[in-house]
Amino acid sequence: MFGLNSKDTRAFLLIAALAMLAPILLNPFPTGSALAQFNAGYPDLMQRFVIFGIFAIGFNILFGLTGYLSFGHAAFLGVGSYSAVWMFKLLSMNVVPALILSVIVAALFSIFIGFVSLRRSGIYFSILTLAFAQMSFNLAYSVFTPITNGETGLQVYNSDPQYLMAEGDPTVTHFFGLEMRETFTLQLGGWSFDFAAGYYMCALLLLAAFYLSVRIFRSPFGLTLRAIKSNQQRVNYTGLNARPYTLAAFVISGMYAGLAGGLLACMDPLAGAERMQWTASGEVVLMTILGGAGTLIGPVLGAGFIKYFENIFSKINDTVLHQWFAFMPDGLENVIVTIVHPFIGKGWNLTLGLMFMAVVIFLPGGLVEGGQRIGKLFSKRIPSDAASAAGRPSE
Amino acid sequence: MGILEVSDVNKRFGGLQALGNVNLNIAANTVHAIIGPNGAGKSTLLNVLVGKLIPDSGTVLFDGHSVLGRKPYEINQLGISRVFQTPEIFGDLTVMENVMIPCFAKRDGAFKMQGLASILSQSDIRATAEMILEDVNMLGKSNMTASSLSRGDKRRLEMAMCLVQEPKLLLLDEPTAGMARADTNNTIDLLKEIKSKRDITMVIIEHDMHVVFSLAERITVLAQGTPLVEDTPDNIKGHPKVREAYLGEAQV
Repeated sequence: MFGLNSKDTRAFLLIAALAMLAPILLNPFPTGSALAQFNAGYPDLMQRFVIFGIFAIGFNILFGLTGYLSFGHAAFLGVGSYSAVWMFKLLSMNVVPALILSVIVAALFSIFIGFVSLRRSGIYFSILTLAFAQMSFNLAYSVFTPITNGETGLQVYNSDPQYLMAEGDPTVTHFFGLEMRETFTLQLGGWSFDFAAGYYMCALLLLAAFYLSVRIFRSPFGLTLRAIKSNQQRVNYTGLNARPYTLAAFVISGMYAGLAGGLLACMDPLAGAERMQWTASGEVVLMTILGGAGTLIGPVLGAGFIKYFENIFSKINDTVLHQWFAFMPDGLENVIVTIVHPFIGKGWNLTLGLMFMAVVIFLPGGLVEGGQRIGKLFSKRIPSDAASAAGRPSE
Repeated sequence: MGILEVSDVNKRFGGLQALGNVNLNIAANTVHAIIGPNGAGKSTLLNVLVGKLIPDSGTVLFDGHSVLGRKPYEINQLGISRVFQTPEIFGDLTVMENVMIPCFAKRDGAFKMQGLASILSQSDIRATAEMILEDVNMLGKSNMTASSLSRGDKRRLEMAMCLVQEPKLLLLDEPTAGMARADTNNTIDLLKEIKSKRDITMVIIEHDMHVVFSLAERITVLAQGTPLVEDTPDNIKGHPKVREAYLGEAQV
């Protein structure tokens, strides 16, 4: 379908189904029930899943295919956000010009950073990109205050010119009149499902981004990138100039990051410098590796996984724990709550860190490899070599 | 006029004269071996030919073009392919993909952005790759991951990757290093077969005299960075200077 083989089509349809049905799938528990806190089907969170999914898909084009580990991709995310908010300030609250500009500015920015950083490979490349991102962060925080509004963060004010704003246009972000916050709520028995316009716009862009990445993976360009990852020496002696290939991959992934940053601003028209900080760059690395670097759906899974657990773990507090363990004798209950306490609430990073370590140690191929192993358990009849050929991460 | 003309090439590494006034003229469609004891400058010479090293002085002309100052990928685009001492292949990719990449490089040049074309639709590239894999007897393994191949098969694959670009000149850096006698003989047969099927010039750097004397039409003996003598294999065998410098007392 659309130039994809049957296996890729299935992956695409899987992602499409997950994205379209997310408001239902992520709300499995009735509102008001004790388990409702595990629901993740509210627009704010789902938008984050999808936006960071786009970010990670783009990152995977660089890291998964060429093996160049960039530690500065958050810079492009931040640049995308700033560009989008500027469009809101100067033109109107329509998201289309904002997204276009954020992709273009991120592309220009990544051409520059990529051109300089790609002169080195391995750890030196990582350090160079990290240095650039931290530099951008600090500049946005201080010197560039007139453009970035420094610590406060860039936002839209009533006094902004908004030259294209017509009388009666929405004052919140919108797609030609369709407000991003517009939500249709479906009540079904005890369940309640929210279908938000903003979420669906992000989800459609995710599908487009995913489709494009599949095409890139299966193209001669993608094959060359994988060759560069595998053996750069041979690439040079094969008559291929590796530099423009890696730069192209870098710019494409920068544009994905810019799109993600623009979308963040479209959902909430605010951009702060902390979006460019190294922790944000590190997060996308974690998402990609956790899901499975070099696989097609891995980055999307990793992004969803991290954002989901970040949200769930940080929401659980001691009161909730006391409810859970209320059936125990008081003394024991307190001991258990004390033990679990560091792992929840503000300690969610700890839990996520442990999970990340477990995945990297036991499943080097990420969640995708985990899924394949489970799949193999259930289909032992398939000859083992066919299964392992299908299960190679680079496929 | 030879296809490769090396004139007065000098290369120093600090105090060591790695190459001193090397002159070499390699005729088209011949198999030319370069032999010499360890440290004679064979590998340095090869690295100069592929653009990895730039000599201090001298000229290297390939097919009328100077190779000096060109990057390795540019020299490859001129028509020089290189086989390494340890096979350099794309270990993570399948055998088929390994051969397709040089095909793309040959067809599309050093860089061409084809982000949306599907590999599967490149039937001409696929057909060429299959033909060459058939030539080196690897067609049955085209879906295997290259890193899982045996050493001999890796060597065959690397040759296929070079040959599929139809190079005018094939440089072989100790193609049988570390091989068992049977594998060595297979490689010799493979090279003979390759030579018989197409117009190709080969330059072989080799320690194994058995390989050299089975394949070479001309032999250059290097010693301490300078060519000692250049002649046919039969004359080299009996040459007193060569015996002294290289072959020692070993009877070949």
